[in-house]
Amino acid sequence: MSDVVKIATRDSYGNALVELGKEKDNVVVLDADLAAATKTATFKKAFPERHIDCGIAEANMIGIAAGLSTCGKVPFASTFAMFAAGRAFEQVRNSVGYPHLNVKIGATHAGISVGEDGASHQCNEDIALMRTIPGMTIINPSDDIEAKAAVKAAYEIDGPVYMRFGRLAVPVINDNADYKFEVGKGVLLKDGTDITILATGLEVGESLKAAESLEADGISVRVINIHTIKPIDKDIVVKAAKETKKLFTVEEHSIIGGLGSAVAEVLAEENPAPLYRIGVRDTFGESGPAVELLHKYKLDAEGIYEQIKNNM
Amino acid sequence: MNQETKLELETQAREIRKGIVTAVHSAKSGHPGGSLSAADIMTYLYFKEMNIDPANPKDPNRDRFVLSKGHIAPALYSTLSHRGYFPTSDLTTLRHTGSYLQGHPDMKHIPGVDMSSGSLGQGLSAAVGMALAAKLDGKNYRVFAMCGDGEIEEGQIWEAAMFAGFKKLDNLTVIVDNNNLQIDGSIDEVCSPYPIPEKFEAFGFNVISIDGHDFDAIEDAFAKAKATTGKPTAIIAKTVKGKGVSFMENQCGWHGKAPNDEEFEIALKDLEVNA
Repeated sequence: MSDVVKIATRDSYGNALVELGKEKDNVVVLDADLAAATKTATFKKAFPERHIDCGIAEANMIGIAAGLSTCGKVPFASTFAMFAAGRAFEQVRNSVGYPHLNVKIGATHAGISVGEDGASHQCNEDIALMRTIPGMTIINPSDDIEAKAAVKAAYEIDGPVYMRFGRLAVPVINDNADYKFEVGKGVLLKDGTDITILATGLEVGESLKAAESLEADGISVRVINIHTIKPIDKDIVVKAAKETKKLFTVEEHSIIGGLGSAVAEVLAEENPAPLYRIGVRDTFGESGPAVELLHKYKLDAEGIYEQIKNNM
Repeated sequence: MNQETKLELETQAREIRKGIVTAVHSAKSGHPGGSLSAADIMTYLYFKEMNIDPANPKDPNRDRFVLSKGHIAPALYSTLSHRGYFPTSDLTTLRHTGSYLQGHPDMKHIPGVDMSSGSLGQGLSAAVGMALAAKLDGKNYRVFAMCGDGEIEEGQIWEAAMFAGFKKLDNLTVIVDNNNLQIDGSIDEVCSPYPIPEKFEAFGFNVISIDGHDFDAIEDAFAKAKATTGKPTAIIAKTVKGKGVSFMENQCGWHGKAPNDEEFEIALKDLEVNA
């Protein structure tokens, strides 16, 4: 597998911001002393006058972004998911969400694949928090191509957008000619008739690999990429519920409040069907290399395969 | 300031105060104390200082005002309505179901409100963002933010102050409505933010301390703020909570309580007498 191109979506974020900055004069990028890690340093190098380092003060950064947006700027406020959605939750809710301001939040280092920094920095709750804010769009891209498309799409939305990016380099999986990114539309990556895997973020790539193993066992697997958690693509979920026997959600996030919950809500109200949620099972993470943690928490292809087999 | 101008401002402030007690009385809830303490400064800002046009509330080149102490929405609404942004008769719909006059400032639905606010500590950051936008765009509009003296117990205020001082945002003026009272008591007894001027000085502000009910002093302070370059200004305005209404003055119990019918009549009479 050494020939597979791997890119962390945080790098995609930094690169996409530069491309957007070239086209759009009103794009400004904010950071909170993490430019080297969130990769907004790439934008800073290209457009130093439009990169604003707010220091280690995330609540203030979100407020500044809100103020900038009322004056015609399109701010991309960037920090780790833990601090964007966690620490600054109420600022995002009241200063951005309530007035529906045109603020984009670039949240990097989401999930346990943060790795060695451990549980204090591994945010498995951000999607749950952001999902409760009316009018918030939430995008969790699966690879470099999708992450770049998400940044462009976020700019075009008139309102708040939460984008979730990872620290770990992940395989490029969307490098095909007919790839098209549409906010709120799930992507059918592989058709199947027995079960459906609905995955998001880096778990899309892992789920595709898990599906190969399941197919080898004679199970026909549909794989759907849910890059937009909110608004969720109800149609693709309901269709899968009707056409396959059981649904599995896979996310690098708590099973409480994230993709699994979003899908469960759709099923409960639209088309009750069996569902098993694969994710971080109501626990904190820990320190360790990202790949080892994904394995330990059964969120790599092998773990997904095992959990699906055990919950058929 | 000549006598004629002062008389005009005092008359206007009195009408704005009447609007405040009328709105809060009608709502049967709300925050009259801090609204009344800030009324003179709000009057000066909207009738003398700010470059605004009620007929064009979204003018990109207008001056901005952020009410960081958003609970004194009655003061902002009364001022905006008397300035012509919307009918003063609408003040009696404050906090009523279906009214656009929400309990705390709502920029989406209220003409002239530049930022939604109400959760304490957040407004100043937004004002800083607006001031920064002006600098980035080379525009000369100015930004004013009003904070409560209790509100500055919020840490985010100091994050914003640090940024504003560091970035030398001389187009930003912060007014601290220093009425000395918060819900649980006097600010020096709850969790004292004193000394206030020294704190803002330490964060790189030009600091001016005034009597927040003296229009000569208010005029002088805003003139100095406008003339100051290279640093933001903080005006620490010593005020009387409940100013103008006898039974509300300096009473923290009137922070967030509406007058009943009888009290409302007394309040209106007080405001006439105190003119």
